[in-house]
Order: sequence, then C-alpha cells, then structure tokens
Amino acid sequence: MFIWIIKRDLLLAVRRQSDVLITLFFFIIVVSLFPLSVGPEMNLLRTMAPGVVWVAALLASMLSLGRMFSNDYLDGTLEQMLLSPQSLSILVLGKAFAHWIVSGVPLVLMAPVLGIQYDLPFDALLVLTGALLLGTPVLSLIGAIGAALTLGLRGGGVLVSLLVLPLYIPILIFGAGAVEANMAGIAFDAHLSLIGAFLLASLVFAPWAAAASLRVSLE
Amino acid sequence: MLQGINLACVRGDRELFRDINFSVEAGCLMQVSGPNGSGKTSLLRMLCGLSNPAAGEIRWCNTPVRSLEGEYFSDMTYIGHLSGTKDDLTVSENLRISSALAGVEISFSQAAEALAFIGLGGRDNLPVKVLSQGQRRRVALARLLVCKTTLWILDEPLVALDVAAVQLIKEVLERHLQQNGIVVMTTHQEIDITASSKMQLHLA
Repeated sequence: MFIWIIKRDLLLAVRRQSDVLITLFFFIIVVSLFPLSVGPEMNLLRTMAPGVVWVAALLASMLSLGRMFSNDYLDGTLEQMLLSPQSLSILVLGKAFAHWIVSGVPLVLMAPVLGIQYDLPFDALLVLTGALLLGTPVLSLIGAIGAALTLGLRGGGVLVSLLVLPLYIPILIFGAGAVEANMAGIAFDAHLSLIGAFLLASLVFAPWAAAASLRVSLE
Repeated sequence: MLQGINLACVRGDRELFRDINFSVEAGCLMQVSGPNGSGKTSLLRMLCGLSNPAAGEIRWCNTPVRSLEGEYFSDMTYIGHLSGTKDDLTVSENLRISSALAGVEISFSQAAEALAFIGLGGRDNLPVKVLSQGQRRRVALARLLVCKTTLWILDEPLVALDVAAVQLIKEVLERHLQQNGIVVMTTHQEIDITASSKMQLHLA
C-alpha cells in the first residue's frame, strides 16, 4: 500500500513534469537573485548564503504543497483512499514521502551547485547539503498537515503558508545555524541532531495529524 | 447485515432527513430514491463511513461501523459521483492502482480481462483524459469486477452510460446479488434488476 502510493505519485509526477520543474526553477532563481542584486562582496555573500538557501527551500517546498491532496480531492481518488482498509496514516506518510522525492530531493541535489555562487567553502557546502537532506523531509511532513487542513477551502494556498511557515521556523534556524557554525569553525553536529530529532518527531506525529485533518476536511 | 438505526442528517441549518431505519440482508438490493437535494448522496456517504450521522447508528454484522473501521472497508466498495480516476494515468494503471488501494492487487492481465468485459478492450493504454464521460464511468465501474467485497454502495452508477453498458451493469449487479452480495444504490433511471429481495427507501 505504502509502495503503491509512492509509485502512483511518482508516476503522476513523471507524466506531469512541469510541476516538478516549477519548484526546482523557483528555487534556483530565488537563490540566484541575491548574488546578482547584492554584488560581488564575498564576505557578505558568504554570511547570508545559508539563510538565503534555506528560505528559498522553504518557499519552494511550500509552492507544491497545495497540490499534495487537492488533485486527489477533486477527482475523487482521495475519497477512495479514505475508504481503504489500510491505515490512512501510512497512506499520508507515503504521500509525504513522494512529495519529498519530487520537491525536496531536487533542491538538495541543486544546493551545492547554487552554494558556489556564494563562494561557500567545500565543507560548508557539504554541511548545507546534509542539513537540507535531513530538513526537507520535515518540510514535506509538516506541510502535509497544513495541506490536509486547508483542503477544499477557498484561498487555501495562502492559508497553508500562514499555517505552515511558522512551524518551519525551527528547521530554518537550525538548518542555517549548522552551516554558520561550520563556517565559524565550531561544532555543528548539535544543529544536525536537532533537525534529526524534528524529523523523527514529525515522522511519528505528522501522518497521524494529517490523517485526522483529512477525515475532517472530507466530511 | 447492514442496519441503519434512527439515522438523521443535518446540512447547515437544514435537516435533510431523520428517523431513517432499515435493515438489509445478504442478497438484497436497496434502492434509495427521492427528489434532488433530499439527501441521497449524504445517506450513502454516511453508510460508507465518509461522514458521521447527526444522530443514530450504522451497523454492519451487528457491530457499529465506527468501531470496525478497516474491517468494514475491506467488505465494502463505494463508487460515488466522482469517478476516482487520474487523468494522467492510463486506463489499466488506474484500475490496478485503485484496486490496490482497496486491498486487492491485480495483475495486468486481470485488469485487461475486466476492462474487456466492461467494454474498454484495447483501450488499456490510453490515458483517462482522452476518454469520454461514459468511458470514464466504465473505468470506475470496472472496479466492481475485480473487488471481492460483499457490500456495494453505488451513487448514480448509470449516469452517462449507454444502453449496452446499462445492461452490462445490470447483469453484474444481478450476479453479485445472486452470490449473496448486497447493493445499495441510487438512480433516477428506470432499471429492473431481478433480486431475491428488494427494498425501496424513499427520502422526501
């Protein structure tokens, strides 16, 4: 069941590549705008790099959240998922995982390349990529709750940002903090551990909360 | 087997119906009728567990549906107004995925067999977005052929179907009823299904 949902969502993403590419290009463009506007001041760019990359990643993953459940809601497949004998939480977990592969993994892979524009040293690039790898699944999981809550509402897209962005703040702080700590020459593993803790907590609670919200939204 | 006890439905400030009682046994067909807006779809959504009744209780094999959850869902198939098909997937992918979600994994050849029976033979690999409304309906109804559930809840299953398809669905329903299945359906079309026992539930 878990595998079927992931297979299905990835197949849909392959058939409709524009959705994936929009998220990725949004990320690339937002991250690239800053060096162009600030000018070639290496020190300034290095300081702002982690923050800019993380904010862009938050906004990019936000961009595709609205579609996580709404397409399935409109064509009736979500109804069928709710009536599945398997647990709805597992299903939500599968959907969040597929969302991460489609909109999170490309950002992680692109981040080191974009980091070069900010003259980040090699090990800072590695930390940035590692932090994104740990942090982006949390964005998809927490986002699933927001997407489920705003399902079928008018102007749900804006509302989902207002609901979910405040919850992203801890990830933003520790994700950017890890890279800054590395550049300052101090230990960054505490930051990564905390992001890992957020990941574990959201793996447990987010599918359950999103499943409950879906039941309410579809009633 | 399926029992409704004092069911009531409230939408906003309006009470659609109340004190609806029925008991459907194996092999029985229950047709829900009533004018537009009388709460037929709301009743069916309640019966399949998508929404909770404002009052009363629904029981399956003498146990409240709410406490059965997954167990009830593996005995029940619901086909609603929305076809539940994905436009970007092909006909056979749609059928295989929707039955896998319902807990029955079928192979490509089983899917092709069911699709040929429902009149979509040779169209297995077309994306659903190029199909007509009636053909989409057939894709949704093809699920009935592969599922092994006892209770079928069908909301207007005959909408957009042509005469031949209506006849086909009629045969599928009759066979299901003969095998001690239960069908709860709404329809505005005149259709004469032979069943060992029949019930009419009229919502005013």
